[in-house]
Amino acid sequence: MSTAYKIKKGLDIKLLGEAEKTIVDLNAKRFAIKPPDFIGCFPKMLVEEGDLVKTGTPLFYDKYRKEIKFTSPVSGKVMEIVRGAKRRLLQVIIESDGKDEAVDFGKTDISSVDRDTIIEKMLTSGVWPMIRQRPYSIVADPKVAPKAIFVSAFNTAPLAADFDLVVHGKGTEFQAGLDILAKLTTGKVYLNIDAKNTTSKVFLNSKNVQINQFSGPHPASNVSVHASRLDPINKGEVIWYAGPQEVVSIGKLFLEGKLDSERVIAFAGSEVLHPKYFKTNMGARIVNMASGNVTGGTNRFISGNVLTGDQIEKDGFVGFYDSLVTVIPEGDYHEFFGWIKPGLNKFSFSKTFLSQFFPNKKYRLDTNLHGGKRAYVMTGKLEKVFPFDIYPLQLIKAIIVEDIDLMEQLGIYEIDDEDFALCEVIDTSKTNMQQIVRKGLDLMRQEMS
Amino acid sequence: MKALRNFLDNQKPHFKEGGKFEKLHSMFDAVETLLFVPDTVTRKGSHIRDAIDMKRTMIVVFIALLPALFFGMWNIGNLHYLSAGESSTLWNNIWYGFLKMLPILIVSYGVGLGLEIIFAQIRHHEVNEGFFVSGLLIPMIVPPEIPLWQLAIAVAFAVIFGKEVFGGTGMNIVNPALLARAFLFFAYPGDISGDKVWIADKADAFSGATPLGNALVGKFENLPSVYDMFMGFIPGSNGETSTLFILIGAVILLATGIGNWRIMFTVFAGGYIMGLLFNLWGENAYMDLPAHYHMIMGGFAFGAVFMATDPVTATQTKKGMYIYGFLIGMIAILIRVFNPAYPEGMMLAILLMNVFAPLIDHYVIEGNIKKRLKRLKTVTS
Repeated sequence: MSTAYKIKKGLDIKLLGEAEKTIVDLNAKRFAIKPPDFIGCFPKMLVEEGDLVKTGTPLFYDKYRKEIKFTSPVSGKVMEIVRGAKRRLLQVIIESDGKDEAVDFGKTDISSVDRDTIIEKMLTSGVWPMIRQRPYSIVADPKVAPKAIFVSAFNTAPLAADFDLVVHGKGTEFQAGLDILAKLTTGKVYLNIDAKNTTSKVFLNSKNVQINQFSGPHPASNVSVHASRLDPINKGEVIWYAGPQEVVSIGKLFLEGKLDSERVIAFAGSEVLHPKYFKTNMGARIVNMASGNVTGGTNRFISGNVLTGDQIEKDGFVGFYDSLVTVIPEGDYHEFFGWIKPGLNKFSFSKTFLSQFFPNKKYRLDTNLHGGKRAYVMTGKLEKVFPFDIYPLQLIKAIIVEDIDLMEQLGIYEIDDEDFALCEVIDTSKTNMQQIVRKGLDLMRQEMS
Repeated sequence: MKALRNFLDNQKPHFKEGGKFEKLHSMFDAVETLLFVPDTVTRKGSHIRDAIDMKRTMIVVFIALLPALFFGMWNIGNLHYLSAGESSTLWNNIWYGFLKMLPILIVSYGVGLGLEIIFAQIRHHEVNEGFFVSGLLIPMIVPPEIPLWQLAIAVAFAVIFGKEVFGGTGMNIVNPALLARAFLFFAYPGDISGDKVWIADKADAFSGATPLGNALVGKFENLPSVYDMFMGFIPGSNGETSTLFILIGAVILLATGIGNWRIMFTVFAGGYIMGLLFNLWGENAYMDLPAHYHMIMGGFAFGAVFMATDPVTATQTKKGMYIYGFLIGMIAILIRVFNPAYPEGMMLAILLMNVFAPLIDHYVIEGNIKKRLKRLKTVTS
């Protein structure tokens, strides 16, 4: 019933500090929704500091797509609206009153509900932004019918949360969410699982979807990888995707009539003393995870994984789509003749360090760039961690020179910046490839709209 | 170490913009990053990065060149004493060769790195490590008796017109080291061809002809044995005579993944097949030369392992690499056998294919683009 796909190219970076499979209540007091999490969104505020909100009360909307609203994950008071340079809206911080009063959006019979009602309900409740689209990774456009919807039930990124654990006991809600998604697309809903490690009945017993097995190193769990094998994105086509916790939230909205913002977040990384999972709500402040639970040095806190996550403060907030917070040491030190050392403890995809003889070694990696920025000299390396029928370096160069036609011809619609994360890691020239790809995608979006 | 770090930190402000040595900023930066990997941390994108950088990459190539370099030094000494009819020890030979090559190395690195630093300063770039390797390659592909002033001009020409006018390492069209040799070959042919230049201080009575030189004039009976040619006990450019020691370098390049096996393998394959084809044709004695002779004569092996594999000037697509390598091998042998003016074809074959590499890549990538368009059409129809 399910097809198996083997991903050969890629790289698993083995890091120390994997989260132990126990879930603890976080008891966070503050939560934040961060507009920069939503690519291309121009937020317009609907509340002011001091306003009282319920779970599901709209906080802001997108100026260019007014129907898309972003709502409060908890009930309480709007503490602070944080703005950055040029008054860019960075965070809307809510202080929870602990009562969890929710706006009632009404229960719905899932078997009979029609597409328009679904979309309307998801938009007003703030569940809608949980669905994103490719190309561009922006919040899905409700006016478009996607040719397929992808749900990735596993994550191969370093230290990623175990989705089996995260959805444990939420089978009914997950299935309800899948049933809703099935009504949104003209094509299929693909539920993609790990051929070896997915054991949860929640995923394995899912109905109304096509289940596909994937195996292989990271990025085997990326949506672009799944799409490239199952249903490649051509010019003008759109697919949607959502994570398992988001699908549960969608299901709960229709089963219970409330915005469900509950999230299980892994807290992991070499600098975490007791890496484990925390149960909380979307956008939780991480201070209760981190206090007394990280080592003393200068650390970097990342919402998400070390490849694609965003740097946050040590009292910052988890990102909207993230189910992992990683803590690794900063690498702001000079290393004497570091480039010539034999390198027993250095991580490298290349075979130029002695560490290559210990493939199962787990590393404590820091944020040092390990070199200076250079022109692209090495070739044929990026392809080894890039499992697409696309020429990565040529695409990067097309983006740098802003050649729209060439970008399109080389397949920019089929990839996202996260797909270049491993290329960026192993790049000898130390360029910021994800940033370049994002710039290219933004450029395409402007040209095409 | 700590004291050195503190010293550098104290001196740094003088080399920044507005400091008294701001014109030496690139030089300072080059020295500092040579001693210490910078403390730069990731700001955008992936938070962790691979430990490899351009310096590490280049030092691997540098190390891979060392066996052939040391053998070359020994060979210079060995041939010198042999021509003079004197006996000598291993260390005598190496010492003689070392003294011969030292000025060549100094001129190559001095001129090349000097220009690199000047250009980096003008462009406000960091000094690129590319010349770290080129600076060693050039001394290895010139004769021991090369006049130093000629070498200096050739290196300057290669760095400026081969590399910097295009934007520096990574942007160049042709291999700078080979361009330096080509410059010498066409500007001062008397000093880089013939029978006299390949042995240092050669006694007149001793024949100094290279195997290729003998082959060109049809003296096949004078060719050294296969063993001698494979081991490299023959006259030739400084570092390229020993196929064995070049292959040791190839093993280092392939084991570390820095050298490209596709190109290396296909260059040898192309050359060998061309040799076989000529055997079949068999019009003259040169065509009848066994195909494996071509692999061990002249600069074929050195070119295949160290020159054709230069990632910047080679093709960058997998399919393209096969085509590129194969054509280099074939054209090199073609020039050897058919061209009466040049004994060696490897240099010209690689330079020619350097120029065609982007074209080969263009058509390979075009194939990928067409596949994508076809998929789109099947969807829309």
